[in-house]
Amino acid sequence: MERGQLIKAMESRLGTEGVVHEREQLRSYECDGLMNYRVIPDLVVLPETAEHVQQIVRICYEEGIPFVARGSGTGLSGGALPVESGVLIVLSRMRKILEVDIPNQRIVVEPGVINIWVSQEVAGEGYYYAPDPASQVVSSIGGNLAENSGGVHCLKYGFTTNHVMGAEVVLADGSLVHIGGGKAPDAPGYELLGALVGSEGTLGIATKITLRLLRKPEAVGTLLAAFSDTEAAGDAVSAIIGGGIVPAAIEMMDALCIEAVETAVHPGFPEAEAILIVELDGPEAEVEDQFQRTIKACEEANASEIRIAEDDAERALFWKGRKAAFAAMGRISNDYYVQDSVVPRTELGAVLKRINQLGEEYGMRVANVFHAGDGNLHPLVLYNNDNPGEAEKAEALAGDIVFTCLEHGGSLTGEHGIGEDKKKYMPKMFTEDDMATMQLLRCAFDPHNLCNPGKIFPTPRLCGERPGPFRMHPVQKAGLAENF
Amino acid sequence: MTEQDRPDPRQSGNRYDATDAAERRDDQSGTTREQAAAGAIGAGNPQDVGQSTLAATTESLQHTMGKDRPESGSYTFPAFDSHHPPEKDLIDDCVHCGFCLPTCPTYVLFGEEMDSPRGRIYLMNKGLTEEPMNDTMVRHWDLCLGCMACVTACPSGVQYDKLIEATRAQVERRYDRRADDKAFREMIFQLFPYRSRLRLAAGPLRLYQRFGIDKKLRKAGVMSRLPARMRAMEALMPKLGKEEKIPEHTSPTGERRRRVGVLTGCVQQVFFSQVNSATVRVLAAEGCEVVAPKNQGCCGALSTHAGREEESLNFARKTIDTFERENLDNVVVNAAGCGSTMKEYAYLLRDDPEYAERAKRFSAKVKDVSEFLQEMGTVAERHPLPVAAAYHDACHLAHQQGVRQQPRKALKQIPGMEIKEITEAEVCCGSAGIYNMVEPEPAAELGERKAKNVLKTGAQMIVTSNPGCMLQIQASLKKMGREIPMAHPTEVLDASIRGEPVETLLSGRGLQG
Repeated sequence: MERGQLIKAMESRLGTEGVVHEREQLRSYECDGLMNYRVIPDLVVLPETAEHVQQIVRICYEEGIPFVARGSGTGLSGGALPVESGVLIVLSRMRKILEVDIPNQRIVVEPGVINIWVSQEVAGEGYYYAPDPASQVVSSIGGNLAENSGGVHCLKYGFTTNHVMGAEVVLADGSLVHIGGGKAPDAPGYELLGALVGSEGTLGIATKITLRLLRKPEAVGTLLAAFSDTEAAGDAVSAIIGGGIVPAAIEMMDALCIEAVETAVHPGFPEAEAILIVELDGPEAEVEDQFQRTIKACEEANASEIRIAEDDAERALFWKGRKAAFAAMGRISNDYYVQDSVVPRTELGAVLKRINQLGEEYGMRVANVFHAGDGNLHPLVLYNNDNPGEAEKAEALAGDIVFTCLEHGGSLTGEHGIGEDKKKYMPKMFTEDDMATMQLLRCAFDPHNLCNPGKIFPTPRLCGERPGPFRMHPVQKAGLAENF
Repeated sequence: MTEQDRPDPRQSGNRYDATDAAERRDDQSGTTREQAAAGAIGAGNPQDVGQSTLAATTESLQHTMGKDRPESGSYTFPAFDSHHPPEKDLIDDCVHCGFCLPTCPTYVLFGEEMDSPRGRIYLMNKGLTEEPMNDTMVRHWDLCLGCMACVTACPSGVQYDKLIEATRAQVERRYDRRADDKAFREMIFQLFPYRSRLRLAAGPLRLYQRFGIDKKLRKAGVMSRLPARMRAMEALMPKLGKEEKIPEHTSPTGERRRRVGVLTGCVQQVFFSQVNSATVRVLAAEGCEVVAPKNQGCCGALSTHAGREEESLNFARKTIDTFERENLDNVVVNAAGCGSTMKEYAYLLRDDPEYAERAKRFSAKVKDVSEFLQEMGTVAERHPLPVAAAYHDACHLAHQQGVRQQPRKALKQIPGMEIKEITEAEVCCGSAGIYNMVEPEPAAELGERKAKNVLKTGAQMIVTSNPGCMLQIQASLKKMGREIPMAHPTEVLDASIRGEPVETLLSGRGLQG
């Protein structure tokens, strides 16, 4: 199908206002939250219903056109990066909250609904939606599902995957399926929901998502502790968790990061080499007891200052500093390259030390802000894209940081996803067979490789190819494709 | 330029130059640290970003992506010339995080990237080198309301205000608008900045609809957008009451504490002269000698925000000339849009050797009336006004000037007064200077959205600091059949200081649409 015909076909289903096809307009969609990779899509479509999504996908399926789903476009791994000659399906107009079911602690939403809207919707009833990525004021539930988003509170409450109860999904052939449970908490059969959440848009497009709601905790205690070096802060983290406490969140920021957020949002953080923000929640008595033990652990790790949030406003102030951290980097650097590796908590000190060394070796600044409780690092390599070669150098440094994390028994990503950005590192973490097994699943859902192709896996195997000795794929035999 | 040698705008003296997004947002004068914290991720309080799941109607979408775009076929490459293009350095501050999206009125309505601040900045960047200035690019910049909610929301401190103003000036210079579009805009700018013309026009606009001229025009098939725009303009026009004359000189009550000038404005004086009277009375009661120069004209806000550079600079120069003569401690402004532009003079006239320094001195003296009163401290006795009022943040006061707490504080000082907060306070009401006249469809949707949120508060009256907002919200409420008395904060203060009964305030002086 020619492009003109494709536009007409889409417009006949979505109306002219649902199809973006002018070059200048398409350019604004050429990257998501990660600006390092840019591809201009052939077409952007803005469906308003699940039926629209089905119609779009059916056209793509019949014509063999690859497609990529996008929510608010805040992802940091290029998961919503368009594919060349492909269609970008933007779900930001599907933003209705469909059903609120407080007695069963569930809510049904469309994928374009913004994360914080969910908590806003049920706040009056004393409930909330637990996963709170720093981007929660803008990132969409559909995107959260695709990336299995975490957030500062996922140490205690888990990731998105622990809070999605079911989903209605349009598969790569345009069929509409229901995965997971409805009102009942569990569904028999394969646990496909676990595969879907975090699949980075490669298994289908969720058009309706059922989320779990939690009751707001009875008590919340938040403190901020300053340390004269990151290792001492790391010791405090180990002591707190080692002491049997599961905080709602433990976040660490280093000096460079503190500088950036101070300039940006003035949270009034103390001057220090490292800051920990620790939040405890739960029943009043438990929080009180654990809070005292947490303070003691920080003191024993030689905290230079401990501040306790006196009220919600001061708590908001602490979090304001933390949640604005990435975005605030614009204050101290033109560009940054962020990694999202996870290391075992016990390796934190050693890894941070090595990251510092690497920064010095490269002569580049690296800011650190991370979920210390579960060892999910977010090293931000600062650079200036206008200086020739600097972007490549930053990427190389970021790569070395990833390798360091892997050497210490870590993982490539905690919550941002692999996307386009980290797929080249996948073979460092997984064997060929590991990845081939993942591909089996992908191919079962999307045999023609149309659904967000080129993401997650470095050199995608063609579907039908098996791990083991090389056998030519039927498509290759027919001379229609090459393996490279 | 490296990080180190980029001058820190916060280190210079002028307020407009001197402040950036975060500082304007977290303006510590009159703002507690806690409230600043509540401004955490972008909004007056963290719960306050675009909350409703209401989307735009298909009709409205036709104006951004559909058949109703005013296209002229104009094409210029590259998009910008070298006279103040949107600055690359400022564009580079944007890290593409998207935090601005949910506070942007057009993103809230349309849900598409090109009509978000992030998308518009992206297009500006492309316009610097790779893309032309054409119908498509201009359409998405035109659709920006200039509300600057994104400036508040941005954690990276992107100065979108400067970027869009620079872009708009380039558009006006380098883009050839379609004839009807051009004519309509020209008409607005020949009308609104001039009191006498505005006074004359208010009547005929009503006749325009009464005699069904718009229907005839539509039937004739000419000037496709004109009828809708004229209807919008007519719907906004309130009935003209008797204009209250503002004395050139007013003596303070008691000892003189300050000598201040007052901008009486164009729209403000023609439609809301009672606001100016109240402002003068309140200032005098608080010990100010008040000067309202007779020959003052338009401050140039409308022109500045529309990119009419030369015109706006001339208005700015003339305003400086007029007030400079009076040897004033401060220039007090009661219209949010005017105040923000006058604070910006120093930046606007930075290239003018004769005016640059003078503009800097002038801008430093400009204060919004609520800001001024809180800084000076109040002495006049407040009498009780038992009333529940919804306070609406005018964008150019809250986002552009960072004045949020001062008017609330002033109102709360009145015994018996209860202030109700409006949900989605950060989202523009759709007035936005000339926006509700040139882009009536999205403006009407935003107006309705705001009106609904106002009604939800259950307040007996609305208080807001900008004539444009008053006209817009009142027109929206009227369409819904739910008119509510409105007042400027100074009118409320005036009633309280004078000990007027609350009924007088609620009788809705001057705003019987």
